Amino acid sequence: MKKVFAREEYCLGCKLCEVYCVTSHSRSKDVVKAHKSEEITPAVIIESGENLSFALQCRHCDDAPCVRACITGAMQKDPETGIVKYDENKCVGCWTCIMTCPYGAVKRDEYNRNIISKCDLCSETGEPACAANCPNNALVYKEQEEEGE
Amino acid sequence: MSLSLKNPEFLIERNYDRCINCQVCERQCANDSHYYDEEMDKMLSKDENCVNCQRCVTLCPANALSIRQYPLEYRKNSNWTGEMINNIYKQAESGGVLLTGMGNPTPKKIYWDHILLNASQVTNPSIDPLREPMELKTFLGRKPGKLEFDENGNPFPLPPQLELDTPIMFSAMSFGSISINACRSLARAATASGIMYNTGEGGLHQDLYQYKENTIVQVASGRFGVHQEYLEAGAAIEIKIGQGAKPGIGGHLPGEKVGDEVSRTRMIPLGTDALSPAPHHDIYSIEDLRQLIYALKEATDYTKPVSVKISAVHNVAAIATGIATAGADIISIDGYRGGTGAAPTLIRDNVGIPIELALAAVDERLRREGLRDQVSLVIGGTIRNSADIVKAIALGADTVYIASAALIAMGCHMCQKCYTGKCNWGIATQQPDLVKRLNPEIGEERLKNLIRGWSLEIKEMLGGMGINAIESLRGNRLMLRGIDLNERELAVLGIKHAGE
Amino acid sequence: MDYLIIGNSAAGIGGVEGIRKNDPEGKITVVSDEPYHCYSRPLISYFLSGKVDYEKMKYRADDFYQKNNIETRLGTRVRTLKPSGKKVVLETGEVIKYDKLLLATGGLPFVPPVKGSDKENIYTFIKLDDAYRLKDIVETPGKSGSQSAVILGAGLIGLKVAEALAKLGLKVTVVELADRVLSTILDQEAAAIIQKHLEDKGIRFNLADTIEEFAGNKKANTARLKSGFTLDCDLGIVAVGVRPNLELVKDTPLEVNRGILINNQMETSIEDIYASGDVCEGQDMLRGTSGVIPIWPNAYNQGLTAGQNMAGADQSYDECFARNSIGFFGLPMITAGIINPLEEEIDQYEIYRQDSPGDNSYKKIIIKDDRIVGFICINNVDRAGILTGLIKEQKNIADIKDKILNADFGYLSFSEEWRREKLTK
Repeated sequence: MKKVFAREEYCLGCKLCEVYCVTSHSRSKDVVKAHKSEEITPAVIIESGENLSFALQCRHCDDAPCVRACITGAMQKDPETGIVKYDENKCVGCWTCIMTCPYGAVKRDEYNRNIISKCDLCSETGEPACAANCPNNALVYKEQEEEGE
Repeated sequence: MSLSLKNPEFLIERNYDRCINCQVCERQCANDSHYYDEEMDKMLSKDENCVNCQRCVTLCPANALSIRQYPLEYRKNSNWTGEMINNIYKQAESGGVLLTGMGNPTPKKIYWDHILLNASQVTNPSIDPLREPMELKTFLGRKPGKLEFDENGNPFPLPPQLELDTPIMFSAMSFGSISINACRSLARAATASGIMYNTGEGGLHQDLYQYKENTIVQVASGRFGVHQEYLEAGAAIEIKIGQGAKPGIGGHLPGEKVGDEVSRTRMIPLGTDALSPAPHHDIYSIEDLRQLIYALKEATDYTKPVSVKISAVHNVAAIATGIATAGADIISIDGYRGGTGAAPTLIRDNVGIPIELALAAVDERLRREGLRDQVSLVIGGTIRNSADIVKAIALGADTVYIASAALIAMGCHMCQKCYTGKCNWGIATQQPDLVKRLNPEIGEERLKNLIRGWSLEIKEMLGGMGINAIESLRGNRLMLRGIDLNERELAVLGIKHAGE
Repeated sequence: MDYLIIGNSAAGIGGVEGIRKNDPEGKITVVSDEPYHCYSRPLISYFLSGKVDYEKMKYRADDFYQKNNIETRLGTRVRTLKPSGKKVVLETGEVIKYDKLLLATGGLPFVPPVKGSDKENIYTFIKLDDAYRLKDIVETPGKSGSQSAVILGAGLIGLKVAEALAKLGLKVTVVELADRVLSTILDQEAAAIIQKHLEDKGIRFNLADTIEEFAGNKKANTARLKSGFTLDCDLGIVAVGVRPNLELVKDTPLEVNRGILINNQMETSIEDIYASGDVCEGQDMLRGTSGVIPIWPNAYNQGLTAGQNMAGADQSYDECFARNSIGFFGLPMITAGIINPLEEEIDQYEIYRQDSPGDNSYKKIIIKDDRIVGFICINNVDRAGILTGLIKEQKNIADIKDKILNADFGYLSFSEEWRREKLTK
C-alpha cells in the first residue's frame, strides 16, 4: 500500500507538515481558521534534534498492534485500503494504543478530549496533506518497499 | 563599543490576523529574526537581524509575513545617500572592509537592455521551431583552419571539443562557497541537460566524479584540490585568472566553512582559511600562461580543451589575444556584474567593465587578428534570460556561462549574504542543517526546467529571425540594433542603431 | 471445517478474526453464557459511571457476526465438553460437534473466604451483568440507600469501580492487603502518586489491612477490618482478582495448572483444542515462567493466533507480558513488564527514574542485560509504545541508555541504521 515515508536527509524540521495536517483535518480547510478557531491535534509527530529531524506518522502496519490491542474496537484495519482507521466515537481514551504502538505514532488529543490523533492518510487530493506540502520533498507518498527490496 | 548607529535594513511585517504561531518562520531563519514569546503568546521579530532572504515569507503557511525596506528616511541628499551613510556607520564600528555577495547591484547601464533583436518579415520567412528542426548544438574548442586528410583520405582528428546540447553552461562555483547539495544539483542538471558545470576552485567532491562528462574542472591561483585524478575528472580544464565580481583580487573562504568534506576536497587542513592569491604566482606573462596551459594539456594527454577565464577589464581585447596565442582552446570572460560568494563591496561595484562591451571588443579583435577560429568564446556576468543569450551569441560569444540565474533557479533570493555562510536556502552554506534545505532532486529538476525553458525561447527567437541553427547566429551582429546608445557605444558594440 | 468458539470476548473475537483470515468459508459457531453482542469488558466501569452506553460498549460493529458468517448461541451456557467425541452439549441440550475448538471462557472473580461475602449487597465486578446490577442499585433511590461503598482490593478492577462509584457520589473506601495500591503493576513511588490522586478525589484507603467480615443481617451494613476498624458498608465489592474459568474442563483430561496449559501456538494438550485469554496460562517472555496474564491485548492476540492456527496457519504468539494502560480521574498511566524486581536479584537490574512531583509525572525504566524489561509511566505516557516495542523486541539499548529518559526520546535516539530499517519499510 502507499504510505508516507520520511527522508530525514531532506527534512528541514520546519513542521509545515503539522500545519497542513491540521488544516487538512479541519472543517474549514483554511490554514488560518483551522488554527485559530478549531481544535485539531496534528497526527504527525516530528522528532528533531541537532541537525536531524524527521516526521513520523502511523505506519498503517499490516498486522497493526494497536488494532489488536484496542479495547473498544475504535482502531480497525480497513481490509480494502490497508488504512488503520480510527473511530473517535468509539474511543474512550484508555491510551492502550499509545501503550502498544512501537512507533509512538499515536498522540493524545491536545485539547484534553478523550480521543487520540493518528494519521488517516488523508488523500482526498491524491496525496496526504503532509507529503503534498512538504517544501523539500522530505515526505513522500509512495508504495511501500517489499521486504528485501 | 558604545551605541551602534547601524539601523535595521529591513522591516518584518506580520499580519497578526493571519499569524497562527506555527513558528515555521522561527525555525527557518538562520539569522534569528523571529521568535515566539510565550508570555505574549505571539511571534515577534528582530528586524535588525533580517537580511531579506524571503525564506520565512515563502514558507509561512498563513501568508502572514512581508518584508519591506526599513522606512528610514535620512534627510534627502543625492550625494550622501542612506546607503553611503550606513556603510560609514558599519566601517566606523568594525574598522573592516565592507563585504558582500552576489553580483553588482548598482544601477549602471545594462547594455543587453539597449540591444534589440531582429525578426523576419515577408522577404525571408521565419521558421516555426515546433514544426521544423532547430539546432542549438554547440562545440567548444579549437577549430582547424582547414580540414586535412591522411593518405587514405581520412580526416585528421579534430582538436578536443566540448559538446553542448544548448549554448549554456553553469559557471564556476566552488564546493565551499556553495553546498554539496547545490553542487549535486548543478552536476546532475548539467548531465541531464547535455551541458557543462564548473567546479570552481574548490576541487571536486568524490560524489561528483561520476559526472565527469559534464564537468569543467578549474585550476585557480590557490590550486586547491588539484591533482592528476582531478584533472582527469573533467571534460575540460579551466585556468581561472580572474572573476568579474572581484577582478584583481584573490579569494577567501573563511575557516568556518572549511569542514571535514571541504577540507578533504580542497586538500587543506580542517578549519583553516582557504586563501587564493590575487595572481597566479607562476604567471607573470603570456609565456608563463602558455606554460601552464601546456602543462595541463600534457598532464591530460591533449585530450581535453583548456580554457582560460579572465574578468572583463579595460584592455580585455588585447589580453584575450594573448590568451589565444598562448594556446588556450577556450577563453571565458566574466563581466563586472558577475556574482561571487564573497567580495569587498567596493571592488565588486567599481572594478571591471560591462560584459557586453568586452565581448564585442574581444570578438572583433580576435577576428581582426585571425585568431577567432582558434578559440571559443564563453561569456558570463549577469545573463538574466534567454534574450541575453541570443544577444550575446549574436555579439560573438560561442556560449554563455550562467551562475546567478542557476542559483535563483535553485531558490536563491539575492539577499547578497552568501559570505556569511548562513544561506537560508541551503545554497551558499556549509552548515549541515541549512545544507539539507536544498534537496538536490528538486534543485536538479528546477535547473533542468530553466535550461529547457530558455532553450525553447532561444529556438523561438532564432526561428523568428529565420535562422535554424545557433551556429548561423554566432557573431551575426546584423541581427542586433541599439537603442538609447551613443555613437561610441554603438561603435564598440559593432552594431547599428535601431532604425538604421 | 467446523469451528467452535466458547467465549465472546477479546480471545473469542480474536479467534473469529484469526479463522477468517485464513478460512473465509468454514462454519464458525460462537457460544457464550452472556446474552450480549460482543462488548468491551474493560469499559464496564465507564458504563457504571455513565460515561459510555451499551452501544458504545460494543467491541465490533452490529453486523459483525453476520459479516463474518458466524452462528451464535449467546446467553447459552455449555454444559459439558466431550473431547473424545469432539462435541459439546449446551444447557439447552443442543449438541455441537466441532473439528476445532477454541476455549476462550475467560476468568471468574476470585472471592476469598471472607465471612459475610455472600450477603445480598456484596458484589463482584467483572462483566456487564455486574455493572447492570450495580448501576440499578446506585441509580435507584431508596433501593439500597447506598451511601458508603467498601471495596476489597486495590487492583485495577477495585480502583476502576471505586472511581466509578465516587463519580456517582458514593463515599468509597478501598481496603487492600498490600501496602500500596496496584501493587502488581506499580512500585512504591508510583503507587503513592496514584493513591494521593485518588484521595484528592475523595476515595479513602485502608492499606495493609483486610476485611474480616461483612457484618449485618441479609444485607451487610458494616465491614469489619482485621485491624479492628469498622467501615460503614451499604454496598460491598470484592475485587481481589480473577482466576481462570475452568469449570468446563475440570472433568476432561485437558492439562491444567492454574490455567489451561498452552504452547505458543495456543494448542492445549488435546489435539484440535486451543485455548486463549484469561482462561489459560501463557509463557511470560520476560520472566520465562508460565502464568495467567489476564490482560486484554494478550487475550485478543492469543485468540487471533489460535484462530489462524485452527484454520491451518502456523502462527505463534510469544509476546506475552503484563502491560496496562489505565487512568483514574484524568491521570493516565502505562506500565509494562517487570516493574518491581525481586530484592535478591536487584543487582541484575539497572533502574532509570524520573519524577516531577508537581504534576504527578513519574517515569521508571527497568533494564536488565541492556534490555528494557519493564517501565512505569505516570501522567506523561506519550509514545510509551516505543518502550513496549523495545521490550517485545528485546533490543539491546546499551548505546542509548543515557537518552532513555529524555523528553525527546524517540527514533531520533537510535542509530540511523535501525531507524531506517524501522521507518522505511
